[in-house]
Amino acid sequence: MKKNNVHFKFPKTAQVPDRFRNPIGKYTIRRNARCVSCGLCAELCPYGVHPRFDIYSKPLRPRDYKCIGFKCKENDYFCIDRCPEQALTLRLNPILETLGDYRWTAEMLIAHWEMAETGNLPVVDLEYNLGNSGGGFDKIRFKIPDQRDYLDLRDEEIDTSILLNKRGDGRSKLINGIPCYGGGMSYGSTALPVMVARARAAKLLNTLTCTGEGGYPLELLPYADHVITQIATGLFGVREETILFAPMVEFKYAQGAKPGLGGHLLGDKVTPEVAAMRETVAGNALFSPFPFHSVYSVEDHKKHVDWVKEINPGVLVSVKVSTPTDVDMVAVGSYYAGAHVVHLDGSYGGTGAAPDIAKKNIAMPIEYAIPKVHKFLQGEGVRDNICLIASGGIRNALDVAKAIALGADGAVIGTAELVALECVRCGHCESGRGCARGIASTDHELGHMITEDWATQRIVNMYMAWRKQWCEILRQFGLKSIKELVGRSDLLVHLDYLDEKERSKYQPAPQAELII
Amino acid sequence: MPKKYHIPINTANPRQHPVGKYATVEFREDCAGSCKKCVKKKCVFGIFKDNYHHMSTMGEPEYLYTCLSCFRCVQECTRGIFSRVINPEYRTLGDEYWRPDIINRLWYQAHTGKIPVSGAGYRGPFVAAGFDSMWTDMSEIVRPTRDGIHGREYINTCIELSRRISPLTFNDDMSLASEALPILEIPIPLMFQLPENLMINQQVVESAAKAAQGLGTLMIIRPEDYSDTLLLYARSLIPGLTCDNAMDYKGLILNSRVVELALGPDIENTIRRIRGIKSDIILMIRIPLDPDAASRALAVSALEVDTLHFYADEHGKELNTGHPRFLKEMIREIHIKLVNHFARQRINLVFSGGIAMAEHMAKSIICGADGVIVDIPLLIALECRLCYRCRKGLSCPAKIDSIIDPQWGSQRMINLIGAWHNQLIEVMGAMGIREARRLRGEVGRSMWFEDLEMESFGPIFGKRKIAGLK
Repeated sequence: MKKNNVHFKFPKTAQVPDRFRNPIGKYTIRRNARCVSCGLCAELCPYGVHPRFDIYSKPLRPRDYKCIGFKCKENDYFCIDRCPEQALTLRLNPILETLGDYRWTAEMLIAHWEMAETGNLPVVDLEYNLGNSGGGFDKIRFKIPDQRDYLDLRDEEIDTSILLNKRGDGRSKLINGIPCYGGGMSYGSTALPVMVARARAAKLLNTLTCTGEGGYPLELLPYADHVITQIATGLFGVREETILFAPMVEFKYAQGAKPGLGGHLLGDKVTPEVAAMRETVAGNALFSPFPFHSVYSVEDHKKHVDWVKEINPGVLVSVKVSTPTDVDMVAVGSYYAGAHVVHLDGSYGGTGAAPDIAKKNIAMPIEYAIPKVHKFLQGEGVRDNICLIASGGIRNALDVAKAIALGADGAVIGTAELVALECVRCGHCESGRGCARGIASTDHELGHMITEDWATQRIVNMYMAWRKQWCEILRQFGLKSIKELVGRSDLLVHLDYLDEKERSKYQPAPQAELII
Repeated sequence: MPKKYHIPINTANPRQHPVGKYATVEFREDCAGSCKKCVKKKCVFGIFKDNYHHMSTMGEPEYLYTCLSCFRCVQECTRGIFSRVINPEYRTLGDEYWRPDIINRLWYQAHTGKIPVSGAGYRGPFVAAGFDSMWTDMSEIVRPTRDGIHGREYINTCIELSRRISPLTFNDDMSLASEALPILEIPIPLMFQLPENLMINQQVVESAAKAAQGLGTLMIIRPEDYSDTLLLYARSLIPGLTCDNAMDYKGLILNSRVVELALGPDIENTIRRIRGIKSDIILMIRIPLDPDAASRALAVSALEVDTLHFYADEHGKELNTGHPRFLKEMIREIHIKLVNHFARQRINLVFSGGIAMAEHMAKSIICGADGVIVDIPLLIALECRLCYRCRKGLSCPAKIDSIIDPQWGSQRMINLIGAWHNQLIEVMGAMGIREARRLRGEVGRSMWFEDLEMESFGPIFGKRKIAGLK
């Protein structure tokens, strides 16, 4: 079982460069033919934008994704002004308008690539805390803190761990080092190196990741203490031993990207390896029909929970549900059925392919579901006995913190981990051979574009950068542990609920019109 | 179980390259020329296959309509010569309501008949005007009956266009005492109507009529658009008449199952005359969706008519007012008014104007409609770009003004509606509802922005200070 290691130390961050030759940045720098290769720009730039191997080096293409842009103008090392030949031009990268969307803006994507590369918060002026969606988390802000509350603590002294088992039933408490764990992405929907890397990163961060419903590759066994076995309606890869491996088993009743619709792995993605893992036929599309045909009541659900607990006496049980109108009743039902974790998956998230109509329209956004369930569980007097986890459209460290302040204990992250691996959110996970960037593909070529080492460190880096933000928020409000933030909605404001004068004190919600 | 409703979907290729969202820009002056690692050859989706053979000629860059936006060419080119922009042609599609992405997805559905599917979550605004400020509900465990574990649920999408039969009464000898009204059902909650002020020719009309017949639904048509070729589809056509001209088209009335009559001053007499020509005809009354729509609906519901057709403008907005409301609110108002006056059960409501996506059909029904009438999407299925050049008398870039094979045209429309039907079933399945008729006015199976804000955020943040969505 996963050890509740109180002496756990967070992993070190390390530089993990982009896989591709031309990383995308916010700015572009062009060097024209007037350049005489004097090397002054390479000497001046502290960010390494102008690579130069030696004094005889020919001018190389600038690494413009590292450029901090126009704000550099105030520095005496601003290469554009200092170039004696005026051979350099700086522009906002026009490609940004083709990248990102209302929820994950181009700047948020680029910032997360930078976090994954460096393990630090971006030095470039990128808006990575707010999307452009015009509602929900993008209109919620933390209150301006009272400076007297500030705690002068180092990050190492701040506790970002969460307890997954609050029932006091004698099973493991299961402590996560960070208030997040990885969402279920199945073997077949993502590349094997990605799955393994997520598990390795989970081990390093003392958190968990989830198999998704595609079987349990044996490559995950070294990290088994950090891998949740998911049981979904297709029961692919669900066997006694895969339940015994797991510190936590997740029943997936529904998922936010396609609530009420079940899963569908297209035939192209069912390679011989995937088929073997799922014990099916290669090339045939696979369905996880909705709902569980053995569950039509809370009592039926309790039978499922008891079944798993009987097989593995140490295991915790998580119940993943979507966000219908009666999500509060579903949550309390799950609690009384014996679940340790209720995992709400809101409608705007998801990583895998899903009908557009479902993603946009079915079930409520997670921002509404969290306080609704939190308050209902409080009213029922059981909130302190169950761990409430939120997912579905939680994109960044601030979203996680806001979700916790709204009432969740922690969050499940899927998309952001893929973004750390350079997902561009093109949305074509399902097309032909799968993801062209090798993240969500089991194709014999594309599925091996990523190495486990590279991906592991990128995910670790991103979470370590996020941790810096969580620590800063906690310090500002005089909190030593993220557990103290749970349900502290009094620390939040929503721009639409403030009068104009009060609203002007906060960063306005981005409102760019995008073409999607 | 009775036979399932099935829509025959067959791929119907576009006649010209659909306008794609992205265009790849190449700075060819920086190109190495004959690079062995050329990313064009490595494109996973093969979109350059017609292009890289001619690289040596260094011809003009071309737009790439099928780019799937993976950015690998941009990021892997050894000389970094690639960049991308939004295709300027894509920006010109449609208008603020009929957005480029809606048009592009409608083309895709007309081409393939498939539901649009994508990965990586939802990418639009949190909430927006119109239908985008409501969500449909789902159930964690309830699902309509499935025929086989991987089969499609048995979900009935049929609606009635005929008046409801009130409780039957019987004579002493148990013979039927109440009048048995004619029954007319259509298997999908939508009908057709070609937009009046866009490019319409005889072949477009024939394509739509053929598609309506193939789908088992009906199409409203102006009497002057009737031609001999349309006689084949007469049972699928609804002549749109007025009180002034109704008696000029007695033949059409006799040949049709349904007649639409525009609301006019002499409506009661005209209804009587039409029923005099064909007593069992289904009568649909066409009413503008304006501030008086609800009171008119109540008044007309007292007449012997079967269905009321309210038409909004092409953006789904209320007519004849300086502060137009959207279709969603108007449907609610009319539906509730009729419910409150015990008239809703007698009569059917269909709405047109601004129905642009499958979800609009489902949401209209939730708001209280029995069905919707589709107009502009039929032309978009024929590759219309909504450039509105035809309104200025200019040529059509989609060549809708040239020869259109009705077989191709009707298949494109059938594919589009097939995809919509499948999406309606997905949404209804998620809600656990297996009858489109049970969805009517079922707002309990939906969630509205204002309600969710009040319920979830109200206790935390207090009173909302900003009205509306922005």
